[in-house]
Amino acid sequence: MAAIEAEGLVKIYGGNKKAKEVRALDGVDLAVPEGTILGLLGPNGAGKTTAVRVLTTLLRPDAGRASVLGLDVVRKPTQVRRLIGLSGQYAAVDENLTGRENLVMVGRLYHMGKEASAKRAAELLEEFTLTDAADRPSKTYSGGMRRRLDLAAALVVKPPVIFLDEPTTGLDPRTRIAMWDVIAGLVKGGTTLLLTTQYLEEADRLADSIAVVDHGKVIARGTADELKAQIGGERLQIVVSDRTRLSEAAELLGRMGTGEARVQDQNREILVPVSGGAQLLVSAIRELDAVGIAIDDVALRRPTLDDVFLQLTGRAVEGEPEPGAEPEAEMEPQEAAR
Amino acid sequence: MSSDTLAPPVPVGSGGPLTVLHDAWVVTLRNLRRMTRMPEMVVFSSIQPIMFVLLFAFVFGGAIPVPGAEGKTAYREFLLPGIFVQTLAFTAATTSVGLADDLHKGLIDRFRSLPISRSAVLAGRTTADWLQNLFVLVVMAVCGLIVGWRINDGVLKAVAGFFLLMLFAYAMSWIGAVVGLSVRTVETANTIGFIWIFPLTFLSNAFVPARTLSPQWLQNVADWNPVSATVQALRHLWGNPDGYAGAAKMPWPIEHATWVSLFWSVLILAVFIPLSVRKYRSVST
Ligand SMILES: Nc1ncnc2c1ncn2[C@@H]1O[C@H](COP(=O)(O)OP(=O)(O)O)[C@@H](O)[C@H]1O
Ligand SMILES: [Mg+2]
Repeated sequence: MAAIEAEGLVKIYGGNKKAKEVRALDGVDLAVPEGTILGLLGPNGAGKTTAVRVLTTLLRPDAGRASVLGLDVVRKPTQVRRLIGLSGQYAAVDENLTGRENLVMVGRLYHMGKEASAKRAAELLEEFTLTDAADRPSKTYSGGMRRRLDLAAALVVKPPVIFLDEPTTGLDPRTRIAMWDVIAGLVKGGTTLLLTTQYLEEADRLADSIAVVDHGKVIARGTADELKAQIGGERLQIVVSDRTRLSEAAELLGRMGTGEARVQDQNREILVPVSGGAQLLVSAIRELDAVGIAIDDVALRRPTLDDVFLQLTGRAVEGEPEPGAEPEAEMEPQEAAR
Repeated sequence: MSSDTLAPPVPVGSGGPLTVLHDAWVVTLRNLRRMTRMPEMVVFSSIQPIMFVLLFAFVFGGAIPVPGAEGKTAYREFLLPGIFVQTLAFTAATTSVGLADDLHKGLIDRFRSLPISRSAVLAGRTTADWLQNLFVLVVMAVCGLIVGWRINDGVLKAVAGFFLLMLFAYAMSWIGAVVGLSVRTVETANTIGFIWIFPLTFLSNAFVPARTLSPQWLQNVADWNPVSATVQALRHLWGNPDGYAGAAKMPWPIEHATWVSLFWSVLILAVFIPLSVRKYRSVST
């Protein structure tokens, strides 16, 4: 039995006269074996948060069923809640409480008792390097600190199944990498984790297997390596100086790549999936040079969610503008200023 | 991250009949702490009622005659129960705003993902708001005593009056809970509060004797308004003038104000507690 299972989940929003109906989940199947990490990868509006909310008993699905450790999320919500930890897309910490008070409150709501709650809070503050700020109201925390506090709150009872909804969105790169270490540490002892993200790199780094979602459907699944094999490894990105030689260059590079070269006319840019790393980069530059095609820019980069989408759906990501992007963005400078 | 984090789950206490009370109390403490963190909020919430007492007492005091009670402090004695009820009716807005804020910040989701009783978060919120308003009431009462308001009919009736008043406040708070869980933003919660609570408190006998309202239908509305019943009950229990001196006959709900007020509060609680708990279960941000 998988720790997290979902079968044919459907959730429909709206559908009245005013709002067009949105199929936020349109038949989602998931199975996360115990002790593994599933990365739910998709652009904004794909249905990631909706899936997490259904699995954590916050939202009733319109069809389908889901269970956590064998307990149905609709019929046995209270039992499910005893076994899960949730860190939502936007850090849910009480700004007027200190970090410590936030964690003690959660412990007491799990009926751990006053002393045990205080002890556990101290442990978590230590682990998440929040001890120095522990007794400050959390409204003074940076985005990264809030996020860590929120994650800590999800871990108060050491739940066997954890859900993290975009745990690093809006964090600066340094904080993001620190967060990855924290998350990777969680699973070492057999915790099952479902993590949503918009970053292929993040899913690649953390997840044992990945499900790519779009418009409420899982459009691809597999390990990171399997997905990469499907979409090709790295991308060679070249900007040629002379627009008239664009197609000639594309043809040449296409022969060297593992897939079709894509040309972006207005930027004079060519993108080719390749394997062979730096060596290939060198020979590509050499060959272009040999036929006299000058280049303005060249890069070898890892595939992103955009590349996955181009490959899987033949179109670019068309996600919605991020509703919470602004407040998150505001936090970043604070974090950087620390 | 130590491997300790991944040890088997901490045993979670199982539910008993006292669990709801325990959970509600933890949430109450959390909400009260917010008041100690933002003392300016508490100060402002009592400045407004103090201003009301002073403005009405000194600005309108001479202009609004209260039948059967002449003298400088007569209107003030008439007025204070009205101001108490009006101020405490705004408990509803306090609750709405608090819950809308929690909802907006994702805290309701956090609470809902914990294995706690469905009513604990709402009970904790309304209890904290109730305690805050108890404090506001004490401030107002002291202020009232200074400007000449008095309780004239003994301790027992005085206590009965305060009980009715705080029960009414608690009932209003649960109406506010439903509103707070139905709107998406704090601003909307606030605006909606003003839109319904102001008319509710002004279409009553709180500030002028209801007998003087016209046309007649307005008078009827005022007579049946739960605010009027509560205000009248307080005036009656505290021996304050009620503006009916010399009137041939009191309207029925005013004559039985104590029971009518009690009835309204219980009815509101009976309807709005289940309603808000249901809303809480399915609320989404
Ligand atoms: N409460 C809601 N009411 C109406 N539509 C919603 C609601 N929540 C989400 N949606 C819609 O459902 C779709 C999936 O949203 P969501 O699960 O939040 O996506 P993601 O987390 O992947 O960005 C989006 O089109 C979104 O606009
Ligand atoms: Mg989301």
